[in-house]
Order: sequence, then C-alpha cells, then structure tokens
Amino acid sequence: MELNGYVLSSNPAGLDATFAALADPTRRAILARLAQGEASVTELAEPFEMSQPAVSKHLKVLERAGLVSAGREAQRRPRRLEARPLAEATGWLEAYRKYWEGTFRHLDALLEELQSDGKPRRKKRPKRIEK
Amino acid sequence: MPKTETLTVAAKGELEIVMTRVFDAPRSLVFEAWTKPELIQRWLLGPDGWSMPICEVNLVPGGSYRMVWRKDAGGKEMTSRGTYREVVRPERIVCTETFEDPWYVGESVVTTEFADREGRTEVTMTMKYGSKEARDGVLKSGMESGVAVSYDRLEALLASKSAR
Repeated sequence: MELNGYVLSSNPAGLDATFAALADPTRRAILARLAQGEASVTELAEPFEMSQPAVSKHLKVLERAGLVSAGREAQRRPRRLEARPLAEATGWLEAYRKYWEGTFRHLDALLEELQSDGKPRRKKRPKRIEK
Repeated sequence: MPKTETLTVAAKGELEIVMTRVFDAPRSLVFEAWTKPELIQRWLLGPDGWSMPICEVNLVPGGSYRMVWRKDAGGKEMTSRGTYREVVRPERIVCTETFEDPWYVGESVVTTEFADREGRTEVTMTMKYGSKEARDGVLKSGMESGVAVSYDRLEALLASKSAR
C-alpha cells in the first residue's frame, strides 16, 4: 500500500505486532525521534551508539508493525512515524493504565493511613478488623 | 504525600494484560488491603463517581467473592464475581473473574503476585482472557471511557517512555 509516496507495510499491524514492537526501549526511542520528523537510517543510528544494521533491524520490526514507513527517495529512504496504529495501541493501554493509576492512588492513601501511628486520623490495626 | 509509583501496563501475547506497581508498604499489609472486604471497599472504587457498597470475600481455595459497584448518580450497578483457585498468603492469589451484564465476554483468570522489595511491595497482576476479542475489548473499554490519546500528546508520551 502506498500513501503520499511512503510505502506502508502490506500486512499492517495487528495490535499484537504493535505491542511487541513497542516493548523495546530502543524502538520506543526511535519512535520518539521520528515523532519530531522523518529521518534516515544514518540519522537514526547517530544518537543510539548502534550500528546501522542494528538500527535497520529495529526499523524492520517497526515497519512490520505498521508504525514506521519508508520514503521512496532512493538514497536516503527517510523513515517516518505512522501515528494511527500507535495512537490506537497506546490509546488503549494508556486509558486502561490511567484508570488503574487512579485506583492505586486510593490504595496508596489507604496503606499510608494504615501505617501511620499516632496520627489524628482514626487508627486501624489490620488485626482488629480481621473477620 | 509520597511520590506516586509508576504503573506499567502491557498486553502480553494475544490473551493477557500484565500490570506491575510498587506500593510503599510491607507485603503483609498490601495483601490485607487487597483481600479484606472492608479495606477493598476503600480503594477499589471503580470509575470516578462510583463506589463499592457490597464486597464479600471467602479467601480460601474454592471460595468465592462478589463485588458490587454502584454509580453514585442514578444507582446503576456493576457486579463481578469469581472463585479463588489458589491462595498463598501473602504471596499469590489466582482467581476467576466474570462480570454480570458483562463488559467483556466470558471469564478471565487473574493471577496476583506480591513480592517483597526491601520492605516495599511489588504487585504484578496478570489478567488472562478467554479470547483475543475479550482481551482487546477490555483495553478498548478504557478508551471508550473518554480518555483518548491525541496525536499531539504522542511525542510527550513517547519521550517519557523512552526516557526510562
């Protein structure tokens, strides 16, 4: 599939491929760099102290997941971020995470209260409330 | 207030969601907060504007639990129930989970592990769903609750993740 001169993976991202691709910190860093604008493999390799083949390998994973596409310009073949599958994947996880983050903050507060001795708050000893 | 610990959430394979979070309390206390009804009711409140008026727990292998959340405005209810398959105090709980009026299809199996980290506690929850559709549906439901990541925020999100 071609879009505006960029070649998209012919078998675009299932969510699993997206999540697997996102599981690696180097790949996330590559995506973060591409979020600032397209870049060639050489430009991407620079900040990572990695060989170009190593970066290319990560890029292949990202391309297979539909997260990155390659320009057709013969020499440079700039890579760019494909935002939609990423937004879907991170959007799903992020919303779920937000919900649990809020819930666990309640638990933090409760645990703090249960551990605080002699505070003006009502003291609850776990043993006394055992059923 | 202590600083908030990082919660990681990841989809694993086709069927699982894995969450990890550290709590600044000893393992025995975290385990109690996780399993005693009167404590559960104080933190597992559901979405904003909901509370948990009913919580029944029989924490033994083969025992069951029931939790009912109620929306403060309008009184709409949501019930989850399940059976404990494994209970190892204060380390590990394996239970099934189903929702009445289900927002995902079928039953999931939830494994919760409590690890001592020098007096603090790392909790890992693994939710295993019966099908890929059910798992993705759960993740999607979060999105439908009104939090969507806009393209504008992608950069910040990625930067914070890669900075770890």
